[in-house]
Amino acid sequence: MVGVPSRHKSIFLLGGMVLLQILLLAAQIKRDAQGRLIRVWTVGAISPFERAGSYGIGSVRGTWGHYFALQNTSRENEELKHENDVLKLQVTQLQSRVSEAERLEHLLNFREAHQEAPMMGARVIGTSADTATRAVYIDRGERDGVQRNMAVITPNGIVGKVIETFSNTAQVLLITDKEGGAGAMLAESRNQGVVGGTGEPLLEMKYIANDDKVDVGEQVVTSGMDRIFPPDLPVGTVAEVKAGNPFKVIRLRPAAKLEQLEEVIILTTLHPLEVKKESAASDPATAGAKASNATSAPGKPATDKNATAQPAVEKPKPPAANR
Amino acid sequence: MNETYDIRTAESHIEVHKFHGGAIIGTMVVIFFLQAFLPQYFHQLAILDLPLLATIYFGLSRRNPSTGLLLGMAIGLAQDSLSGPTVPLGLYGIAKTIIGYLASSIGARLDTEHPAARFALTVLFFGLHQGILVLERRILLAQPEVWFTVRLGIAALINAVVGVLLFTLLDRLRKPS
Repeated sequence: MVGVPSRHKSIFLLGGMVLLQILLLAAQIKRDAQGRLIRVWTVGAISPFERAGSYGIGSVRGTWGHYFALQNTSRENEELKHENDVLKLQVTQLQSRVSEAERLEHLLNFREAHQEAPMMGARVIGTSADTATRAVYIDRGERDGVQRNMAVITPNGIVGKVIETFSNTAQVLLITDKEGGAGAMLAESRNQGVVGGTGEPLLEMKYIANDDKVDVGEQVVTSGMDRIFPPDLPVGTVAEVKAGNPFKVIRLRPAAKLEQLEEVIILTTLHPLEVKKESAASDPATAGAKASNATSAPGKPATDKNATAQPAVEKPKPPAANR
Repeated sequence: MNETYDIRTAESHIEVHKFHGGAIIGTMVVIFFLQAFLPQYFHQLAILDLPLLATIYFGLSRRNPSTGLLLGMAIGLAQDSLSGPTVPLGLYGIAKTIIGYLASSIGARLDTEHPAARFALTVLFFGLHQGILVLERRILLAQPEVWFTVRLGIAALINAVVGVLLFTLLDRLRKPS
């Protein structure tokens, strides 16, 4: 047997490893498999650190920031510094809790306003390791009933959808990702299109004809046609409109603060929902469009509304506020 | 494998560095934690590719192409795993395998301890890494991907600056000569 010179061994090893991974890639494309076992192991190894870091840094950041803000105002009272510092620390801890409570109250209010929709709160614990992917990890997973393709929102607007679930965590693809998107319509004209991500902070709305009137600042809401997001949830605001060929080029500023996500809401159902806005009930145009959506959705079963009207069957878990 | 040793040729004297037990694995865990965690609070930091910097550093330090490429592959596959289903396993794996190999090979031939050399090599490897990714996306995944943007150029420079600082920090994990 001919021996391989040691200096060539590494080249053969390189070729072998690259070839192996090309085959791995090809296998995933062919079978649409995603090497789930490897992902589960890796995420399982990293997510406990992310979870701990998220809670730890969150509380330290709140206390730390407020502490210095208050300390600057107390310079005139040097003689009382020690006593003040103790009090300030207590105050800042309370402020941190109040600010968190306010955020959670906001979520809770949203939940109470949409009791027909089964949902649960979740905390964002990390982002994607890929610099080009707009995705985040949340601290809810299969054990909490999270499944792929569930919609993720905030009270301000839609966030994205669950693309991968693990036992205690899940990954959410943001709508700003190149592969993210949602069925959407202009809030005033009710013209429907598709909103997709570009990998940049702004979204792009497609399939709006050049003849249709679109104004900068106009609201865009979900249409419900994607069967993931319920209709009439805020998607974003029109930031830029240009004539294109054959459709308008419309750029949107996302309604949800996707760069500063801390808590989100997962809609824990895979059935299409009809979530109503507080003002929607009194708005005949909105109601009309909703009715139109409900009847025009291709393949939409007649029992969809019944399905969404049964939150008790799904027994949604309490939101983060109750944890 | 526990002592520092030298590769001596007639013309060169290149030191091969060893690390304290668990240093590489520990660094990897911290790197991936930071990569996933920091952009959540400072979204500008999403421009950093810390796993790539770690691949380059350990490649340059270990100076063994086989070790470098295997380490690069492990880091790349872990990054693929943490990136979710939109990134197939192997995308970063292949790129970092090649980078790990090249970094180790170059590290065995050049003195890469000087910050200027590290800066230049990091810019070079960042560009190469990006080129391999684009090639993979275009050829293997049939995804349209641009070769170069200004943002990538800025990212290369920022990563190189952070790389020089990170490498200095990681030098402390080396076993003394």
